[in-house]
Amino acid sequence: MPKTAYYIPVGPIHPALKEPIRVEAEIEGEKVVKVDVKRGFAHRGIEYMGMKRNAIQTLYLSERICGICSISHPYAFVVAAEKALGIEAPPRAQYIRPIIAELERIHSHLLWLGVIAHEMGFDSLLFWIWKGREKVLDILELLTGNRINYSVFMIGGVRRDLKESHIKALKDMITYYWEFTEKMKEIMLSDPVYKARTRGVAQLSKELALKLNVVGPTARAAGLRMDIRQDMPYDAYADIDVRAVVPQDIVGEARGDAYDITMVRIYEIEQSLDIIEYCVDNLPEGKILAIPNYVALLAKIRRTKGEAIGAHEAPRGEVVHYLKFDGRDGPSVWKVIAPSYNNINSWAPLLLGAEVADIPIVVAYIDPCMCCNDRVALLKTPEGKVLGYEYIHKKAVEKTKRIEREVKK
Amino acid sequence: MPTKAMFLFLKQLVEKPFTNPFPVKHAPKNVTALIEKVQKGEVQINPPVSIPEGFRGKLKYNPERCIGCRLCITVCPADAMEWIPELKKIRHYVSRCMFCALCVDVCPGKKLPGEDKPVKALSMSDEFLLADYDKYSDNLIEEPPEAKEMGV
Repeated sequence: MPKTAYYIPVGPIHPALKEPIRVEAEIEGEKVVKVDVKRGFAHRGIEYMGMKRNAIQTLYLSERICGICSISHPYAFVVAAEKALGIEAPPRAQYIRPIIAELERIHSHLLWLGVIAHEMGFDSLLFWIWKGREKVLDILELLTGNRINYSVFMIGGVRRDLKESHIKALKDMITYYWEFTEKMKEIMLSDPVYKARTRGVAQLSKELALKLNVVGPTARAAGLRMDIRQDMPYDAYADIDVRAVVPQDIVGEARGDAYDITMVRIYEIEQSLDIIEYCVDNLPEGKILAIPNYVALLAKIRRTKGEAIGAHEAPRGEVVHYLKFDGRDGPSVWKVIAPSYNNINSWAPLLLGAEVADIPIVVAYIDPCMCCNDRVALLKTPEGKVLGYEYIHKKAVEKTKRIEREVKK
Repeated sequence: MPTKAMFLFLKQLVEKPFTNPFPVKHAPKNVTALIEKVQKGEVQINPPVSIPEGFRGKLKYNPERCIGCRLCITVCPADAMEWIPELKKIRHYVSRCMFCALCVDVCPGKKLPGEDKPVKALSMSDEFLLADYDKYSDNLIEEPPEAKEMGV
């Protein structure tokens, strides 16, 4: 009897997906034989909005690009804006910024570790990990004033200073998480069930990782030593000498599967704790804003002509912002590249040949963020030809004229 | 085969729940009945988790201290501020606010006679329970009291 292939469409709105994306899979029995990933459901035109506002408004708009990492985009934005303006944040601000960024990495990685446990059907582990995540969210609330969307960065510095009480709370948190990661290693990495469920699933070889241009922990799990904090250091990272966390340094070999990426993420939490500890211990004294007056800052931006690229290592990979100042108080060109855009490329090759029960793990292991992804909306004819803006505008004018005629009748 | 995880989760069964049961321990069958009971004082509401110092809650506006410089309107990323030209004051919509406190940073404030330092017209309170059925309700709009009387 010939095998029948079934077509399974998932998304863009589906109970199993938290964000809109469409995966079209063809399956034979339990094996996926054909797969197509369609994205572009979450385009919000944020870049265009940013080009109509002033730079301070755009900085806080950029915080809303991603739903979870709310400091990665502002970080890349301020790095780019400071390069374009030719100003530098005071040393104290350069040490406070990595603290916030690393706290965010801890909370984002813990979130992912919970999500992957949930996708495996291990819900008690999900709630145990998210219970541990509350601690870092409380610290972020104490330091910045909100659990999420911290609004603490400013072009040329930070808006809030670290107090003595904050430093004490940070030290307590560091001790708490050293114990927590030890427990997590026992429960996730040493656990035979977790190992059996993740070893060899979503396996990405080094060659394929290079070919697909994956970034961040996904690339590091495949054994590629790439990290923006190591390759293009900025702020205090240049003093700390951050090294990329790769599995071959931890266990001797990199396989690039879901187990390795769990390991990379747990060890990156420990690396973040080290960075926070260094920044807190070596915190320089001084002011926190290069230009404390926002009106003067906007006036300086209006006088500036220049462009720059800023990059930051977000929890999911590298975030790159391109800015151009051209006689306006905001960016006249703003372009954002988010890490999930590259990482989603790995879905199609990894889903091929996988079992249906592995789809959630393959989809979740890169920690996808759809709202970071969509930078442009294209209209296509059924033949696949992209329609240009002039054509669409012409059609809109034609429709207006047609309606005009009908109304006049 | 017993694993470390099993012991951990068994231990959790006897521990006190980590979650704060807000507003009451168990979800009520009838919310309106619960609200009535709370108003009568039959049921006690469990307080929410306390907030730290420096929390950014609902924005408070003191029109007496406002000099009408419009800097808050310039920096507000969410366009939550509206200029009232008749009064030369602002109106703030809490439902549009994104709680970034930029307006508080930029507000110059006004120095009344006999004071050393200017006091800002805008400040962040620690109020965060802002749910409402109507986004234009009085609770969610901060404006000078004259604005309502004049109907502007």
